[in-house]
Amino acid sequence: MRVHFTVNGRPQRADDVWEGESLLYVLRERLGLPGSKNACEQGECGSCTVRLDGVPVCSCLVAAGQVEGREVVTVEGLADHARQRSDAVSTDSRRSEDGELAPIQRAFIDAGAVQCGFCTPGLLVAADEMLERNPNPTDADIREALSGNLCRCTGYEKIMDAVRLAVARQAEGV
Amino acid sequence: MDFLRPASWEEALAAKAEHPTAVPIAGGTDVMVEINFDHRRPEYLMDLGRIADLREWEVGAESVRLGASVPYTRIMENLRTELPGLALASHTVASPQIRNRGGVGGNLGTASPAGDAHPALLAAGAEVEAESVRGSRLIPIDAFYTGVKRNALAPDELIRAVHIKKADGPQQFAKVGTRNAMVIAVCAFGLALHPKTRTVRTGIGSAAPTPIRAAVAEEFLNAALEEGGLWDSGAAISPSVAREFADLCSGACNPIDDVRGTASYRRRAIGVLARRTLSWTWESYRGTSRGVEGVA
Repeated sequence: MRVHFTVNGRPQRADDVWEGESLLYVLRERLGLPGSKNACEQGECGSCTVRLDGVPVCSCLVAAGQVEGREVVTVEGLADHARQRSDAVSTDSRRSEDGELAPIQRAFIDAGAVQCGFCTPGLLVAADEMLERNPNPTDADIREALSGNLCRCTGYEKIMDAVRLAVARQAEGV
Repeated sequence: MDFLRPASWEEALAAKAEHPTAVPIAGGTDVMVEINFDHRRPEYLMDLGRIADLREWEVGAESVRLGASVPYTRIMENLRTELPGLALASHTVASPQIRNRGGVGGNLGTASPAGDAHPALLAAGAEVEAESVRGSRLIPIDAFYTGVKRNALAPDELIRAVHIKKADGPQQFAKVGTRNAMVIAVCAFGLALHPKTRTVRTGIGSAAPTPIRAAVAEEFLNAALEEGGLWDSGAAISPSVAREFADLCSGACNPIDDVRGTASYRRRAIGVLARRTLSWTWESYRGTSRGVEGVA
């Protein structure tokens, strides 16, 4: 079957999609967007997290046919997504430059929150959504927002540091 | 495999009548796991995502009519007052990503004994609104679970909504697992006080082939509360009554040994959860009733 949907602001069409195929497979194998990672395929690990009409979901558990006509944001579109959000509240509407990072991505690098990196895209998408929804989170709020994302390297402490850093920078308007 | 995308409820019923083997998919958090792991290759997959009213709810005088696809996140955010037990249970479902997609209709369709919503539905009192082209019917929740991952739906029926009694007293839900998030229940327990009818209802998850009520324990406790005049006095429940209630709840279980826990552990843990949830809800009830009477 054929599926039309919007990915990171661009209309996309996927052809010859198998009816039982997941959104994750379509993103990675048909649209050349391998940022969302394929690990558990059962919603346990969160490494395939994307935004579906703004809502964080495991793309491995969304059937491709279910996204017909809908909007998906993946980690590849996170910088643009975050910039549009900050443009909406500031008058400084600069264009995104190639390679520009979302604040949460910059914070992960600065805090050393990345080890093997496999869980990172899912964590970034989940953490960015929390920054959008809850600009002043407690540690418990952060832990809950990231509770569907497993990291087997870090013990989460640096990830917590990174999200706190992004929260602080967002509050300062940096 | 064929992918069916009915644009309306009527279309969905017609498609289900024509293809009774069609597997409905809404949040996909159960169905897609089975497809990803090749445990299931349905001939027809029927997406219910275009049917908006499945994601809506209505709060009535006596009950809440909860659309089958209302995500757990919405239940937690919007129905904590009307459905406190279900809201608590919803918060223990997997992770934010899963709660954003999954809903009670899927929990009922899958009918796993470990489904988190079941103990809360059993304790609150609920009816499942099932519909086919032949008509609509309300299935009492006690009659809905018929076996391990089996339910009372006919092959041509779909779950449209669940009618859940609005809380008329404190409700609790407790679940045993190895961590807070991403846990399939080792066992779970729901308890609801119903001061209007002076009854207590329970729900046990993951400790029998189906979700069940601890009927004998309920009868015992209802009688003990009545005899002691406790609903009126708001006095504390004696330790011996609480212990007997817990033992009877353990006795209601018919668990198995599996990777998540042993049968004997589950039986014991259900007793502990029963005693705790009774204590939490009764203390809350006493606080409220004493407050109302100005005795506190």
